[in-house]
Amino acid sequence: MTSTENATTVTDTDLLLEVDDLAVHFPITSGVLFERTVGHVRAVDGVSLRVHRGETYGLVGESGCGKSTLGRAILRLVDPTSGSVLFDGTDVATLKGEPLRRMRRRFQMVFQDPLSSLDPRQSVESLLTEGLRAHGLSRGGEADRARLTELMDAVGLPSGALRRYPHEFSGGQRQRIGIARALCVEPDLIVADEPVSALDVSVQAQVLNLLSRLQRELGLTYLVIAHDLAVVRHVSDRVGVMYLGGIVEEAPAGDLYSDPLHPYTRALLSAVPVPDPQVEDDRERILLTGDLPSPAAPPSGCRFHTRCPWRQADRCDTERPQLRVPEGAGPEHRVACHHAEAIRDGRITRHEVAPEAVDQSSGTGPAAPEQGGSLTEFLGR
Amino acid sequence: MTPAGARSGDGPLLDVRDLSVRFTRRGEPDTVAVDGISFDIEPGEVVGLVGESGCGKSVTSLAIMGLLPGRGPKVGGEVRFGGDDLLALSDSALRERRGRDLGMVFQDPLSSLNPVVPVGVQITEALTRHRGMDKKAARTEAITLLERVGIPDPARRVTSYPHQMSGGMRQRALIAIALACRPRLLIADEPTTALDVTIQAQILELLRELVAETGTALMMITHDLGVVAGLCDRVNVLYAGRIVERAERHRLFATPRHPYTHGLIGSIPRLDSDPELELPAIPGSVNDNLPWDTACAFAPRCPREIGRCTEVTPGVETAASRLLRCHNPVPATSA
Amino acid sequence: MSAPTTWARRRRARIDDTAQGRSLGADALRRLRRNPVAITGAVIIAVFVLISVFAPLLAPHGPAEAFPQLLDRLRPGEIPGAQDGFPLGSDQNGRDEFSRMILASRQTLLVGVLATVFGLVFGVLIGVVAGAVGGWADTVLMRVTDVLLSIPSLLLAISVAALAARPSQTTVIIAVALVNVPIFARLLRGSMLAQRESDHVLAATALGVKRPAIVVRHMLPNAIGPVIVQATLTLATAILDAAALSFLGLGDADPARAEWGLMLATAQPYLDVRPALALYPALAIIVVALGFTLFGEALREALDPKGRR
Repeated sequence: MTSTENATTVTDTDLLLEVDDLAVHFPITSGVLFERTVGHVRAVDGVSLRVHRGETYGLVGESGCGKSTLGRAILRLVDPTSGSVLFDGTDVATLKGEPLRRMRRRFQMVFQDPLSSLDPRQSVESLLTEGLRAHGLSRGGEADRARLTELMDAVGLPSGALRRYPHEFSGGQRQRIGIARALCVEPDLIVADEPVSALDVSVQAQVLNLLSRLQRELGLTYLVIAHDLAVVRHVSDRVGVMYLGGIVEEAPAGDLYSDPLHPYTRALLSAVPVPDPQVEDDRERILLTGDLPSPAAPPSGCRFHTRCPWRQADRCDTERPQLRVPEGAGPEHRVACHHAEAIRDGRITRHEVAPEAVDQSSGTGPAAPEQGGSLTEFLGR
Repeated sequence: MTPAGARSGDGPLLDVRDLSVRFTRRGEPDTVAVDGISFDIEPGEVVGLVGESGCGKSVTSLAIMGLLPGRGPKVGGEVRFGGDDLLALSDSALRERRGRDLGMVFQDPLSSLNPVVPVGVQITEALTRHRGMDKKAARTEAITLLERVGIPDPARRVTSYPHQMSGGMRQRALIAIALACRPRLLIADEPTTALDVTIQAQILELLRELVAETGTALMMITHDLGVVAGLCDRVNVLYAGRIVERAERHRLFATPRHPYTHGLIGSIPRLDSDPELELPAIPGSVNDNLPWDTACAFAPRCPREIGRCTEVTPGVETAASRLLRCHNPVPATSA
Repeated sequence: MSAPTTWARRRRARIDDTAQGRSLGADALRRLRRNPVAITGAVIIAVFVLISVFAPLLAPHGPAEAFPQLLDRLRPGEIPGAQDGFPLGSDQNGRDEFSRMILASRQTLLVGVLATVFGLVFGVLIGVVAGAVGGWADTVLMRVTDVLLSIPSLLLAISVAALAARPSQTTVIIAVALVNVPIFARLLRGSMLAQRESDHVLAATALGVKRPAIVVRHMLPNAIGPVIVQATLTLATAILDAAALSFLGLGDADPARAEWGLMLATAQPYLDVRPALALYPALAIIVVALGFTLFGEALREALDPKGRR
C-alpha cells in the first residue's frame, strides 16, 4: 500500500521514521559438518509503521511476537531480510560500514537489563566519553566533563557517579546511566526495549517519569517496546500491538484501550492484572487457550485464527488480513482483522476454542470446533 | 470468596510466628533476610505475600518448606502446621510432610522439573510414594490431573519431557505435581512472573478454580499487586524483611495506610489512569534502608517521614483486622 | 519534576562521599589479598623469582666448576654428601650441587616464562581474530588448533624439539610455547564469542563505537580473565614440560649449564648411590609448579564475578 505513496514521504516533514514491509527471518540450520538451512524463523514478517517527530510509539506484544527484533532491525543491530527503514529520509536498511556507524548517532537504544548492557570494566565516565569520541563530539577533558556532569544531572544522578563502576549502583540508577549513555550523542530517536521490566515496581515509575521529562525537555522521539500494556499506555501516544511477527492493531493509545478492535488486543487487555480488587472481580476475562504457535511455521491466513474466540469459517484461515481503517473508527485506528466491525457490533459472538498443543506445529488447521457461524456459542450473555 | 465449609474452626492451617532468617558470611556482617515475620493462613484461604526484591518473601517460603540451604542461614521462630512445628521436624519427617500436605510451585518451571524424566512419571512418583497408589492407578490419576490443569491431550502428554512443553504448559504440569497429593497448602512463589500476560491469566484462573474446588489453601508470593488484587483474600505487604501492612484485599487497595503500600499502589501505571499525570514515584531504591532495630527501614524513601521514624522502630498496631507498622500512617480517609 | 526530596539530597551526598569508584580489577585484587592460598602461592613465586634473579650473587660457585676436594672422594658407589663449603654436597661430576640448584632456577624461570609468554601472545592473537572476526577465519583457525589439541602435548613438544637440528634451550622454549598456543587461542575465542553476543557489546555497537575499539576496549578486557588464569597455570606446566624435555635429552646438552630437568635426568644412574641428587631438583620443580598453580587457582576464584559482593 504505502510503497506507492512516495509523495507522503516528501511532504510529511514531521515523519521521522517510516518502516515499510520490514521482514527479519532467521535461518534455522542443522547438520554438524555442513550446515544447511532447514527453515526460517519469521521473527518479523511484513511490518509497516510510521513514527512522527516528538511522539512516542509503543509496541506491545508477548514474548516471541518479534517486537524486540523489530526494534533491533530498525536500529540495524540485526540485518533485515527485506523491506525498508526510512530514518529522516535515509534508508537505514541498506546502509553499511562507516555511513551506518555515523548514522547511529541519531538513533539510540535503552536496554532491558541495565547491568548486562553496561561494560562492567568501564567507569561511567569512560562509558559516556566513548560515545562522544565515537562521533567526534569530544571537546577535550574539561568541556567533556562539564557536559557529562550536566547529563548526569539530567538523569538524576550526582556527578560523583561518573567515577564509579556499574556494579556499584542499584538497578534504577543503572538504568539512568543507560539512558544517559543513549542521550550523550544527542539522538533524535530512542528505542527503549523493555526499559522498566527488569526494575523493582517502586523504581519503575521513577524511570518512566524520567523518560517523559526528557522527552519534553529535549524533544525526543521514542519507540517504546514492552510487554506491559499499562506501561505502554502510560507513555505512548500511539500503540501498535504485535502478534507473531506482524502488527495486528494500531491506534492512538486512548482509542486502543477504550475501543480495542482486534480479538487479540481484547484478550490481551482483559488479561492484564489491575491493582484494584473491584475491577478484578467485575471484569470480563477473555482467556485465550493454548500457546503461541511457532514463528517458524506460522498459521496460514490470519496468524491469530488458531486461538481466536471469534474465528469465522469464511476466510480467517486462508487470507491474511491487512491493516485497514475499519468503519466507524478514527482515521488513525487500523486493525488487521476481517471481522473487526462485526465483532465490535456484537454481530459475531465468542465461542470456545479447544486448546491446541504447540510443540511441533503441523501447519494445518486448528482443532477448533468444526466450522460455521452456527457453532458460535453465546458465552457470558 | 472463601469456599463453603473450608473454615473448620480449628484455628489456622499455617501459623508462622516470629520467623527470622539470618545469613552469615565469614568476615562480613550478617544479612537478615526475614526479620520476625508472623502471619497465618486459614484452611482454604488465599494469602498473599507482596514485596519487591530483597523483601524476604521468597526466603520466607523456602524457610517454611525447609528448603533453605543446610549451612549458612540461621532460622528462628515457629512455623506451626497442623499441630507440628515444621522447623523442629527431622529432615525425613519434613520431606514426608512436603510431599503430602504442602505443595510448592516455583517461578521457573523448567528448572524445577526434572529434565530427563517424563512429566507423567514425575507425577506418578509422587502418587505412589505419598498416596500409596499402584502404578496403573497412579497413571490414570496422573492423566486426570493433567487434564484438570488444562493440558490438552493429557494421555499423550504424560510421556512428554519438560523441554517438549511450552512455558505455560510446564507451569501447569508443575501445578499438577504440586496438587498430586491433595495438599492442604499450596505455596506459589511468583508462579506467573516468567509467563506472558495471556498465559498468566490462564494460570491465575486455574489457581482460582483449584482453590475453590479442592479447598486447598494458597500462599501466593508475588511482586505484582495486580495479581494479588484479583486472587488473594488477605494480603501481607513486606518491606526489608518485615510485614509493614496486612489487610483484607478490598480494604488494602481501597485505603492503603502504610506509606509504602500507598506509594506502591500509586506508582503503578494503570490501564484506566490518566496518562497525562506524572506517576507518583517512590524515590530511591530498595537498597536505601535503615536498620529495623533503630528505625523504620522505609524512612529514607518515605514522603511521610517524621523525626521519630529515623530514631524509633515503629511498633505493630492491629486495629479492625488491619496490621500496620508505621509512626505516621496515611489517614484512612484519603485513598 | 517535583522539587528534590530530602531523600535525593541525602542520596547525592552519599555517592559523592566516596571519591573513587572501585573497578572490578581492584575488587579482584582486594579479594586476592585476603586469600591465604593466593598468599602462599605468591610467596613461593616471589622466593623463586628472587633466587633466580640474584642467582649469580647467591651461588658460591660456578655451574661447571669442579672441585678437587670433591673429585678426590668421588668414586664408583660413592658421591660425597654435605660438607664444609658445599651444603648440598657434590654432584656426579664433582661440582657444587648447591650452586647448580640455585643457578638452575634461572634457566627454569627463563624457559617457563618465555614459553608461556610466546604461547600467550600467539594464542591471544589467534583467539582475538577468531573470536572477533568470525566467519571463515574462525573456522580455519579453529580447525588448525583442534588438530594441534588432539595431539598429546608432550608428544607434540617432543616432535617439535626433535625436529630441530641441534637440541637447545631455544627449541625447548619454542616447543613448549607451541603446545600452549592452541590452548590459549581456544580459551580466548570461546570467551570472545560469549562477549560478542553480550548486551554491552551490542550497546557499544548501537552507540556507534568503531569495531576495533569495541574489540579492544570491551570484548578483550572482559574475555581475557580466564586466559590470564590459564597463563598462571601454564607457567607451572611449562616448567614441568621443559624439565621433561631436558630429562628426555631434548634440551640443552651443554654440561656447563645447570637446569633442573637435566639435573634430574643425569641423576638417574646414581639413584642408589645418592638419591638426594634426584630429590633436590624434583622437589624444586614440584614446589615451584605448586606455587604457580595455587596462585592461578586463587586468581581464578578472585576473578569469578560470582564471588563478588
